[in-house]
Amino acid sequence: MNELDTLLQASKVAWLTAEGDDSDVVLASRIRLARNLRQLPFPNRADLAQLQKADESLQSAMPSVETALGEHMTRVDMENISGLQREVLRDKQLISDNLLKNPQHRTVYCNDSQNVSIMVNEDDHIRIQCLTPGLNLETPLQKAFAVDDALEGQLDIAFDEKMGYLTACPTNMGTGLRASVLLHLPGMVYTRNVSSIINISPQLGLAVRPLFGDEKEQPGCLFQIANQLTLGYSEQELIDNLRGAVTEIVAHERRARKALALYMKERLEDEVWRAVGTLSYARLLSEKEVLELASRLRLGLDLKLIRGIAPECYGEVLISGRSSFLQNLAENENLTKTEIDRLRAQHVRKILERYRLRLEE
Amino acid sequence: MLCDDCGRKEAVVHITQIGADGRVEKHLCESCAAAYNDFVGVQQDGRHVSVDDFLRGIFGSAQGQENKASGGTGELSCPHCGMSYRDFRQTGKIGCAACYDTFRVQLEPILRRIHGSSVHRGKIPHRSGGTLELKHTIAQLSQQLKACVEQEEYEKAAELRDKVRALKQELQQKEGGQDHE
Repeated sequence: MNELDTLLQASKVAWLTAEGDDSDVVLASRIRLARNLRQLPFPNRADLAQLQKADESLQSAMPSVETALGEHMTRVDMENISGLQREVLRDKQLISDNLLKNPQHRTVYCNDSQNVSIMVNEDDHIRIQCLTPGLNLETPLQKAFAVDDALEGQLDIAFDEKMGYLTACPTNMGTGLRASVLLHLPGMVYTRNVSSIINISPQLGLAVRPLFGDEKEQPGCLFQIANQLTLGYSEQELIDNLRGAVTEIVAHERRARKALALYMKERLEDEVWRAVGTLSYARLLSEKEVLELASRLRLGLDLKLIRGIAPECYGEVLISGRSSFLQNLAENENLTKTEIDRLRAQHVRKILERYRLRLEE
Repeated sequence: MLCDDCGRKEAVVHITQIGADGRVEKHLCESCAAAYNDFVGVQQDGRHVSVDDFLRGIFGSAQGQENKASGGTGELSCPHCGMSYRDFRQTGKIGCAACYDTFRVQLEPILRRIHGSSVHRGKIPHRSGGTLELKHTIAQLSQQLKACVEQEEYEKAAELRDKVRALKQELQQKEGGQDHE
């Protein structure tokens, strides 16, 4: 199997492993740094030759990044892969929508465990991204800094003494830092408390948005919270602020779950076991259904209502539940919805079988 | 009232957005409003668009103030990438590193409105940051020195004073060297 196929077909990703601090609520933490080359116009203003030049500059600096990380980085040219393959990379959080839509001279470098990716010619020339499971912003920040230092040693980075790192969008100016945390909030969704978090976060310089869905409905109960301000504070202050807010949300979520477990124990137990049943035996599953059922499965596992299944299955179910992932695996872009749903059910069944623990007798 | 986007036709659609940065109002003509429908109606794009839209609003109002003050900046454009202030207003994006120098006066109030500040306090690149890293270290050490004197820890203070002195010398040499070039 070549490097690209491994990257696309692995259903296990290092940042979705149910490990780390507060992992009952916080699935993953992410750090993103935006950087630009001083000499070239930013990607939105650059012509194809200039985009290519930026790409080549990055390529020349990549060996020093590999040395700094002690890891091999796989290069993927967006132009050389299909739209479907780009979607898979997007669903694994390795590239953004921007790279998906404009593939010309856009590239991503990615390590084998899929927790470091460097996008070239996104909104900015360079986007460094590091992911880690659980609530842990320090480790990815240090890693992103290491990549940044390695790149900066080779390339002339656009920087202003007063305004900091210069970016294409003024909302990223200064540190170029976007720290975000992926939260699983079924307790707050069921007790209808999510909107209060969404409403209060702007006052704290943070933004909350559902990973899937909209304000009314959030299949999977997954939310992303990130800093909005990037200028005037140090990176450490920005992540401390985010961590403070996340810790608060985690406490609220746990309280909501406790209340559910106390007042609705039978219903909750029934719901989570029904989810296990459907995921284990259903023959057709839609994308949305898998998101919802996986969320209940995870809730059941976190509350210790479900025994006999290893919690790591959640991440794999989530990745394998994506239509683009399945289509790519089947090497067929023209599957009908029913065919995809059948494939999805088949995959999910296999994953659950694999993670089923032998119950103690 | 004329349309905010094309500036030609009469505005008939009025949108008010309330978000993190306060209230942003948009007034559009029929044809420009039709273009907006693409994202106003579709939920998936809605969340991506709002930031850019806010920025366009901010750029627009900043220019309004600028026009009153200096009599128009429409002619100003970046010598490096050719981006004009008008392009800013339309895209909400900046063209290149040199634009930040060209439009510094216009950008600073915008940055303050977005971030509440226009001064970077984070990481500094070792190479292209110039002598800034050194200056920061000196400032930090001087602060520590002051604290030590106040607490009457004179031995430690003397150590810090020597360090600051050495760094200042280094800075002078570096800056002198730059002038020489």
